[in-house]
Amino acid sequence: MTLVIGIGNADRGDDAVGLVVARHVRDAAPPGVTVRELDGDQLALLDAWDGAADVYIVDATWSDSEPGIVRRFDASAPLGGGFQHRGTHMFSLADVIELARALHRLPARVIGYGIEGAAFELGAPLAEETEAVARAVADQILHELWAAEGAGERDVPGNRRRHHRDP
Amino acid sequence: MTHGSRLRVPALTRVEGEGGLEIIVSGGQVTEARLDIYEPPRFFEALLRGRRYTEPPDITARICGICPVAYQMSACAAIEDACGVTVPDPVKALRRLLYCGEWIESHALHVYLLHAPDFLGYDSGIHLARDHPDIVVRGLRLKKAGNHLMEVVGGRSVHPVNVRVGGFYRAPAVRDLRALLPELEQARRDAAETIAWVSTFAFPDFSRDYEFVSLRHPDDYPITEGRVVSSGGLDIAPAGYDRHFTEFQVPHSTALHSVLDGNTYLTGPMARYSLNSSRLPAEIAAAARAAGLGATCDNPFRSIVVRAVELLYACDEALRLIGGYQPPDPPAVEVEPRADCTGYGCTEAPRGLLYHRYSIAADGSITDAKIVPPTSQNQRAIEADLRAFAATRLELPPERLTEECEQAVRSYDPCISCAAHFLDLRVSRT
Repeated sequence: MTLVIGIGNADRGDDAVGLVVARHVRDAAPPGVTVRELDGDQLALLDAWDGAADVYIVDATWSDSEPGIVRRFDASAPLGGGFQHRGTHMFSLADVIELARALHRLPARVIGYGIEGAAFELGAPLAEETEAVARAVADQILHELWAAEGAGERDVPGNRRRHHRDP
Repeated sequence: MTHGSRLRVPALTRVEGEGGLEIIVSGGQVTEARLDIYEPPRFFEALLRGRRYTEPPDITARICGICPVAYQMSACAAIEDACGVTVPDPVKALRRLLYCGEWIESHALHVYLLHAPDFLGYDSGIHLARDHPDIVVRGLRLKKAGNHLMEVVGGRSVHPVNVRVGGFYRAPAVRDLRALLPELEQARRDAAETIAWVSTFAFPDFSRDYEFVSLRHPDDYPITEGRVVSSGGLDIAPAGYDRHFTEFQVPHSTALHSVLDGNTYLTGPMARYSLNSSRLPAEIAAAARAAGLGATCDNPFRSIVVRAVELLYACDEALRLIGGYQPPDPPAVEVEPRADCTGYGCTEAPRGLLYHRYSIAADGSITDAKIVPPTSQNQRAIEADLRAFAATRLELPPERLTEECEQAVRSYDPCISCAAHFLDLRVSRT
């Protein structure tokens, strides 16, 4: 089973970007791909991906990097400090992946996308710039999903729509 | 460590939020211990002014992802008090059941993944899981049981959406709650094993003379209601809170400190247990005694045992409440604002007493709001304990002293997100 999981808080600005990517992917994913949204507790990943062999995870990142930077990682190797955040009851994505690895509950393939957010204020909407990055990351994931189905570039639903609008 | 220096721990791990701890040593004596909470405070109280009286349960639940139910319950209690409404017993029971879910998931997380690694020599719950996967799986199973309970009663586990002023938007079906029974029975067995497990840990000999503060109910171990009592003799209704408890700013923290009639006090599991152990069912009281607890607990490191006892209680209470569940019909009572009214609500969050106060105008808009979370209340006690604890360990190498001070702070399970947001430890010597 292939699973796409968007993680975020819909009410904290760019923290919602993982959820937004998930919704874009859901609109055009190949049949059989499951898309889920998680709000907050990343330990819930342990159950959310149970039974899935191929998992994509999208989450916001908050570092000193430029907003909009996208980091793609493969969880077959430890993520390292870049995806950890300290001091929280809410385990970081890196923590949960390592916990799952220790408990032998890590899916065979986990690909993650971290999108650097600009602002995380309570009640703020997703920034326009972040929305554009979300669209691009969703397209990239869709490309990977459809490629795994053996589809060509022009067969990806999102790409077909774009070609029609901009021949 | 030498005389006249300063130990700073800039990033305190495994606590909720961001901040730090600074211990200042002068002339071989600890002169200061400060929790430095440096994330800007959350302006929820200001945010609530002008909003509808029905909105605080949803808005304040966003203060913390770990204890949203506590915020919802204290908000509902205060608003209903302001409006002169007492909800029927079935609504009260369902609220208590939802709250049990939060206690289970919060305590399981802290005991297994945040605090137990300290006693067993592991850097984190991940390291513990590598050597003892069965133990961590038990903790995760407990946490999941709490989350499921919150999902069924609250609509979802992180920020429940089924809570409203006056009750619930919909009452869960009996069959949906009964379906949780096998998982909660397993959780009760896991909780009992948790007590036995943590009771074997080696605890530093560190007793403190606390003034404990918690709710007290005539019959039950307190969760959703009761009078505010202290080990120093305080016994007041929540409406009297502001006459005795004072909050004030300190330069090193953006979270307010709090005192009871001018004195430092402690709220949380140790306080709840010490003031209410007589309210525990006999079987759970026996488990507490078997784990080495007396009628009270004044060693913060042993708070992990108290949390385990409360885990068992929350599982037991959830099973009892589901066994007697009758869906409230209607699921909520109507709550109408009264002209220029003020109400007060206190409930027991996993980390301790959570106080809300709201003033509401005749048109239903909120004119004033006050929220006092448990970690804010405990800051002075934590600092006082750190001063005493570090003073006996100044000869340790800095790295070891830092580790032990961090462990001491984790004993209180501070939630800086609630107090302000984010906490970091520094020991400085001059």
